[in-house]
Amino acid sequence: MASVIIRARGLTRRFGDVVAVDGVNLDVLEGEFLTLLGPSGSGKTTVLRMIAGFERPDAGSVEIGGVDVTGVPPYGRDVNTVFQDYALFPHMSVLKNIEYGLKVKKVPRAERTERARAALASVRLEGYGDRAPSQLSGGQRQRVALARALVNRPRVLLLDEPLGALDLKLREQMQVELKEIQREVGITFVFVTHDQDEALTMSDRIVVFNEGRIAQLGTPLEVYEHPATAFVAGFVGTSNLLAGEAAAAVLGRPGTWSVRPEKIRVVGRDASVEPGCHAVRGTVREVVYVGMSTRFVVDLEVGGTLMAVEQNSDAANSGGHLRGEPVLLTWRTEHEYEVQN
Amino acid sequence: MTLSRGTKAVLAVLAFIAFSFIYIPLGVILINSFSADKGLGWPPSGLTTQWWAKAIENDGVREALWTSIWVAAVATLVALVLGTLLSLALGRYRFFGRESISLVVVLPIALPGIVTGIALNNVFTTFLGGLTIYTLIIGHATFCIVVVYNNALARIRRLGGSVEEASADLGANAWQTFTRVTFPLMRSALVAGGVLAFGLSFDEIIVTTFTAGPGITTLPIWIYQNLFRPNQAPIVNVVAAALVIISILPIYIAQKLSSDDDRGAGVM
Repeated sequence: MASVIIRARGLTRRFGDVVAVDGVNLDVLEGEFLTLLGPSGSGKTTVLRMIAGFERPDAGSVEIGGVDVTGVPPYGRDVNTVFQDYALFPHMSVLKNIEYGLKVKKVPRAERTERARAALASVRLEGYGDRAPSQLSGGQRQRVALARALVNRPRVLLLDEPLGALDLKLREQMQVELKEIQREVGITFVFVTHDQDEALTMSDRIVVFNEGRIAQLGTPLEVYEHPATAFVAGFVGTSNLLAGEAAAAVLGRPGTWSVRPEKIRVVGRDASVEPGCHAVRGTVREVVYVGMSTRFVVDLEVGGTLMAVEQNSDAANSGGHLRGEPVLLTWRTEHEYEVQN
Repeated sequence: MTLSRGTKAVLAVLAFIAFSFIYIPLGVILINSFSADKGLGWPPSGLTTQWWAKAIENDGVREALWTSIWVAAVATLVALVLGTLLSLALGRYRFFGRESISLVVVLPIALPGIVTGIALNNVFTTFLGGLTIYTLIIGHATFCIVVVYNNALARIRRLGGSVEEASADLGANAWQTFTRVTFPLMRSALVAGGVLAFGLSFDEIIVTTFTAGPGITTLPIWIYQNLFRPNQAPIVNVVAAALVIISILPIYIAQKLSSDDDRGAGVM
C-alpha cells in the first residue's frame, strides 16, 4: 500500500453565498495518477487550488507529506502546477521560463541550465530553448509548462485542465505522453478535467465531484462499471437509467438502476431470452451510425428510454434494426447496478 | 462597411479641412520662427536662423526650460511610484471602497484645471505657508498620477493573475514575483504612462499659474508673459515651435510602445 502524500480533511471554500467545496476529505497516494473529474462548478479546480495554495480554505486542512500546509503560501509548498492557460512568462525565453523555479531557489547557474535542458528534452523540445513562448504552438506551450513544473522535481504535480485548449488529435496524443512522463518521473499527478474519456484513459484512480462534494472515488473500472450515484452514472459514460415503475416492471425491484449501453443487446421481438438475462420491449426511436459502432435509442413500453451500443464487427450495419422497429433489449443481470439518486 | 465613391470624397474633404485647421497654424509657427521679420507678418520676407540662436542664448528661456523639465520630471516620478502602487492595489485586490478610490484618483483629470488650481492654491497659501516649486510639483502630480494609473491598470487587467500565480507556484515570494514578473510585464505601460505624464506637465499652464511660487517660471508661463512684448515675439515663436517638436516625441514614443506590446509580448 502506497503511503499518503496529500491528506485533505474537511476542506471547505465559499465564494459569497456559494459553497464551492463542501467538506472534502481526500487522500492522494504517493506515485499515483489521480484525476479530479466533474462538471464546471463542481469544486474540482478549487480543491486543486487549495492544494497548490492559491485559495485559502474557509475550513479544513491540507497536509503535504505529513506536514500541515493549510496556512503556507504557494511558494512554500513542495508542489508545482501546470495551468490551464499555461501561464508562461511572455517576457522570457522558453529556457528562462523553465529555469525560473530553480533560479528563485538559487540553484547554481550551471546546474540549472543543465536541468532545464534535460527537462526540455524530456518533453521533446530540444532546440526550442531560445524561442519566445509566443512563437510556439499550443501543444508546444503545453509541454513547456510541463517542463517548467517538472524541472523542480516537486513531490506532487498539479494539472488544471492542461489539455483543455488543445484540439482533439493533439489532446489524445498528449494524454498518452503525459501518462508516459508520469511513469518515467514517478511523481504523483493530480489532474483536473471535465472530460470523462480523459479521466478513464489516464488515471489510476478517479474522484468524481458534484456540487462541491465527492460523489465517488475509485479506479476507472469501478467508477465506470459500478457508478455509485445516478450523477456518476450519467457523468461518466452515458446516462442509461431504469427508474421508478419501469425498474419495478422490468427488474421486479424498485429503485434506480444503471446499465451501460454496450452491455445491452438489441434483438428481434421473437428472440428467446437467455437465462440470467433481463429483457425489455421497446421501439427503436433513433439509429446513429458512429463508424466503430452503432447507437440505438429505444423507447421502452414500460416508459423511459435506454441506449444500446453495438460494435459494427460485420461490414454491414450490425443487427440491421431500423427506426420504428419493435425490438427486445436484453442484458445480463450482473450488468445492472443500483445507484443512489 | 463599404462607402460610395461620393461619400468617400466628401469624408476626405471634411477630414482634410479638419486636419488643416489643426496643423496649418502649427506649420505657420514653425515657418515664422525662421522669419526675417520682427513682427508676426505673413508671408515672411526672408528666412533666418537668428531667432533660434537668440532664443537659445536667452537666459529667461533657458531658465524656464530647466524649470519645466525639473518640475515635469519630479512630478512624473511621483506619479510613477504612486500610480503603480494604486494600480496594483485596485487591480489585484478586492476591498471595501475600491470603486470610490478609483473615482477619486481619476477625478482630477476631469475637473477643470482652474478649479484644481484655486483649490490647491487655497490650501497651500492658507495652511502650508505659501507657494514654492514643491507646491507646483504637487499640483502637477495630481493629474500626472491619473495617466500613469490608467495605463498601469489597463496592463494589470490584461495580464490577468495567472503568471503571478505561476511565479509563486515556482517558489518566488511576493517581492521576487514583482521584480521578475509583474514589473517587467508592466514596464512598457509605465514608460508610456510616464511619457504622457511628462508631456502633460510640461505644457500645463492653468494649475501652474495657481501653484507656482513667486518667481518660478515654466516655459508655458514664460511664453504667456512674453507673447505681447513686441521685441520678444520672434523668440516666442521659436520657443513655441520648439515645444511642438518636443511634444510630438513623447506621444510618438508612447504610441510606439503600446503597439509593440500588442504585437510582441502578448500574454500567454
